[in-house]
Amino acid sequence: MPELQLEQALQLLAHAGRTSLAGEPGSGLWVQGLIDALVELSSRDALTGLANRRAFELALAREVDRVARSGEPALLLVLDIDHFKRINDTHGHAAGDEVIRAVALALQESLRPMDLVARVGGEEFAIILPNCGAAFGEAVAERVRRRIESMPVLVSRGVPVPVTASIGGAFAPQWVRSTPGLWLERADLQLYRAKAQGRNLVRLEPTPNSVVTSDEKRLLFDTFPMTDHE
Amino acid sequence: MSLAPTPERPPTPSPAIPKADAKAASAAGGGAPQPFRHIVAVTSGKGGVGKTFVAANLAAALARTGKRVLVLDADLGLANLDVVLNLYPKITLHDVFTGRHTLADAILPAPGGFSVLLAGSGMVEYSRMTGEVREKLQALVAEVAPRFDQVLFDTGAGISDVVLYTVSLAGEVLVVATPEPTSLTDAYATIKVLANTQGRRRIHLLVNQVRRQGEGRGVRNQLQQVVDRYVNPALDVPVRLELLGEVPVDTAVREAVQRRQLLLEAMPGTAAALALVNAAVKMPA
Repeated sequence: MPELQLEQALQLLAHAGRTSLAGEPGSGLWVQGLIDALVELSSRDALTGLANRRAFELALAREVDRVARSGEPALLLVLDIDHFKRINDTHGHAAGDEVIRAVALALQESLRPMDLVARVGGEEFAIILPNCGAAFGEAVAERVRRRIESMPVLVSRGVPVPVTASIGGAFAPQWVRSTPGLWLERADLQLYRAKAQGRNLVRLEPTPNSVVTSDEKRLLFDTFPMTDHE
Repeated sequence: MSLAPTPERPPTPSPAIPKADAKAASAAGGGAPQPFRHIVAVTSGKGGVGKTFVAANLAAALARTGKRVLVLDADLGLANLDVVLNLYPKITLHDVFTGRHTLADAILPAPGGFSVLLAGSGMVEYSRMTGEVREKLQALVAEVAPRFDQVLFDTGAGISDVVLYTVSLAGEVLVVATPEPTSLTDAYATIKVLANTQGRRRIHLLVNQVRRQGEGRGVRNQLQQVVDRYVNPALDVPVRLELLGEVPVDTAVREAVQRRQLLLEAMPGTAAALALVNAAVKMPA
């Protein structure tokens, strides 16, 4: 039987600022509190305090399921800090960390409490917005983008570093066979578009647009030998 | 239609619902829903272009080649596959959804040697695609698909959420259009939406009611041209339209429909019937 890594667990919690556990050490209440604190710790990103990739993936799967049952809209945004490597190289890794923390804070402050904000990679974030309809998606993502753009981050010796981010998004896979992977892939594709089209941009997957424009109609009937005109 | 509840041909359970292949059945079990490759959603955008007629006769043509074929009336609420086949069963998809009857009870042999699963008029309440309906439909498709070599969805007209959802459960899409401008416009709108929302990159096309040979090819090229200009530039992989076939205007079609018989049963030697047999050979399997 391998030894219980209790000491290690308590140290990790203390390091994360969780020193007090309710109840007598060893009691049921205490163990419950310990497990809760460890779960909380393993769901959080250490640098920013946001949900980490693990927690995000669980939440995304839950959201796919919820959307399928309720038919409610939902938006997934993925966000990547522009030219982050350049910031790291120019100002150092501590400055890079500072930028990531500042972006995390900006995200939390410009979104609703019900939205899940996660740090899913080095300079990459993902946001799940439950109950966010197609009419609002663009405005929300744009608000986030502008908020980041308008907050130069002060790094060591008060040097302001301009920070921008590219954002891609896709609405919940309504009416479509749905998996968390497919949803993320669709949002990622839009992030790629935002990057490719010049960065500091929002690109959302176009919602189903069944409108056929007059230009499209013109080409559709152009040179077409109509059966009735013989 | 509920006034004529007696089936024209009493259902004989044996050929209607074959045993599932072990291999195919395992593909159906568990995990995220995957569209079955051998399910073809027959859709059209515009109504009245002969979508149900095409689906039923393609099914008959496929059944002749020895395949186990099922046509599912996916036009929940506004079904008319029953009219085309002259079948008015007592037990329908509605009864399966409500749990009153099993799937095996609702799958009937149709004239033409294939099986059908009809929606029934009680399905009107499912014309809104709620999460519950989606789950039921998806579970039903997963259960039934492995038992057949080919499944055709006769979807509703238009681009409603019901149509989009049922199409999403199919591996392949067949758009039925006529050379009429209104039909072309709606077919194009359907193709555009399927490309943008479902990542469809191959869409099959059957042109019905052509007045001269080669007109189907012309319609396909015309649609492809507009897709190339207005849809494909935004996509990594371009959408390609594959012409499955063209069916000529034929008085026999009208006659067969009036008699509520399959064209392939009533007048198998006619030009339209032969065109459908040729199209069936090219069906994506």
